[in-house]
Amino acid sequence: MLPHVLKRGDLAAWVEALAAESRVAAPVLKETSVSDPTDLKFAWEWVVDPAEVRLDYTVTVLGPKKFLWPPRQRLVRYRLGADPAPQALVDHESQVLFGVHPCDLAAIGTLDAAFAKDVADPHYLARRRDTAIVGLDCGAPCDESSFCLDMGSLYPESGFDVMLTPVNDEYFVEVATERGEALVEAARVRPASKQDMEAHQAFAEEKRSNFHYKLPYEVKYLPEVLDQSYDSLVWEAIARRCFSCGSCNTTCPTCYCFDVYDEVEPDLAKGCRVRRYDSCQLDPFAEVAGGENFREERWSRLRHRMFRKGKYILEQTGRPGCVGCGRCDRACVADISIKDTYVQIAGSR
Amino acid sequence: MTRTDIEQGATAESPYVPKMARILAADQMTETERFFRLEMEGKALVYEPGQFVGVTVFGVGESPISICSSPTQGDAFELTVRSVGMVTNALKGFGAGDRLGIRGPFGNRFDYDAMKGQDVLFVAGGLGLAPMRSLIRYVLDTRGDFGKVTILVGAREPGLLLFRDELAQWAQRDDVDTRVTVDRGDKAWKGDVGVITRLFRKIRVDAARTYAVIVGPPIMFKFTVLEALASGIPEHRILCSLERHMKCGVGKCGHCQIRGVYVCREGPVFTYEQVRNLREGI
Repeated sequence: MLPHVLKRGDLAAWVEALAAESRVAAPVLKETSVSDPTDLKFAWEWVVDPAEVRLDYTVTVLGPKKFLWPPRQRLVRYRLGADPAPQALVDHESQVLFGVHPCDLAAIGTLDAAFAKDVADPHYLARRRDTAIVGLDCGAPCDESSFCLDMGSLYPESGFDVMLTPVNDEYFVEVATERGEALVEAARVRPASKQDMEAHQAFAEEKRSNFHYKLPYEVKYLPEVLDQSYDSLVWEAIARRCFSCGSCNTTCPTCYCFDVYDEVEPDLAKGCRVRRYDSCQLDPFAEVAGGENFREERWSRLRHRMFRKGKYILEQTGRPGCVGCGRCDRACVADISIKDTYVQIAGSR
Repeated sequence: MTRTDIEQGATAESPYVPKMARILAADQMTETERFFRLEMEGKALVYEPGQFVGVTVFGVGESPISICSSPTQGDAFELTVRSVGMVTNALKGFGAGDRLGIRGPFGNRFDYDAMKGQDVLFVAGGLGLAPMRSLIRYVLDTRGDFGKVTILVGAREPGLLLFRDELAQWAQRDDVDTRVTVDRGDKAWKGDVGVITRLFRKIRVDAARTYAVIVGPPIMFKFTVLEALASGIPEHRILCSLERHMKCGVGKCGHCQIRGVYVCREGPVFTYEQVRNLREGI
């Protein structure tokens, strides 16, 4: 399907049409700072009123990960007593993630790889299969914490069904998949003209000039830079101010570690096995039943996260563990920055 | 990931659903260790020495437990469980005829093929005897395939020794050199007293043809590896089984990760050479 153009004024009608077919999640305005009315806080939520959708959003505390990989997910249900007859619970229904920035597209690609590799995880993959994604290109960095250009997530090539680019007062609409074609059928679009193409080109050029590299090396060297810093005191130094609160993990769009536990229903006749987000920064994460803790020191947990994001996930899945969205930096109450850390360790070569 | 990977994976069987097994026999081996012999209700468990399973007590949770039997023993499989948490304490109430959930087997195996024709030196400390017994039983059941077999077992005190009857049987065999020591003896104890490393002084090791298999608590592992290396055994012929916190068994949950390695998939059996390079292994 050739590129099309959608007027901004027709966006809500499109979202409404999509919402009639399946649930739609999109960024909405959550609150406005009392002291600074230009400081807007956005969040990913289920769309109730299509007019609420804000494609001018910058960052969200949590990405759209939660719709694919919920913080709490039931995996298995069973009966209590003589015949448990355990059965998988794979809950999924079709959904649209509307307005996903390039960093989060890259992050979803990492989750896809992590859950599909080796042993497939249908609890994630069934939701993923039934999720259509409308991407939204970025023309400028969200803020100083962003380093998506460095991490190679700024120019997505796949992982979306439709890509929207804000051009003047319109959206340039590119379709990447058959599912995307079906989505766009519900929109009042017109074919893109030569001028639209040029405006799209101009956006791309401006985008290129708005983003700047922040790491002093190419990202392909990051695993090597990390390896060379493994024994450095830098980890202890940075971890001095870490509270091990796990906010970095909670906000990370690629974190997928989980805890598993059982719940018994109030009737004491049924139970289920549940998983929920876990954090490698929390003290008991690597503790075994006998009490031995293999990452007892706070700095060893911090180092583990920095390595996982910059090296291990990449090596395991072929996809980046960090997409440079900057969420962990913004969430850190101790001002620890993954970007600044990756800059600092370059000095220990 | 391609669309196909996602679509195929979406309809894959969930790796998190336990299958039902029936307890054939149970025995409280020590105050804290309970032994189970189980049989799957459907297809028999196909496993290798060194692997582990997830054991479910429905309504309580799941724990990763090493299989302590060898596939040479038949379709049933055996577990030794130390009561330390909710699930393992709940297991104290389970006996013959009761049913449990089982997932797995998970993990790699002891590479017994490489050991064939070679001498094998087993060194087990405490509960380490449980995972090691899977390989000991395999080696003893195919005894002719292996050279000299030495079994060193250590425990804190006589009452904590596992598989006491079997230890006595192995001690009777003239094709196996079995030595048992305890850190502290009691009035009835007539055997060796002292840490397990002292047993190395009583044995002869032909370093060029010996595999050392060492399983025990981290502190014991460290000093025992030192003895094995001092005997001249190269790093890649020293094997161990690592214990880690595990929640999934399929390389997803992240708890067992040592640097870039998921112990549940790439382990739990590693050579000392691998453990050393992992740095965070022990």
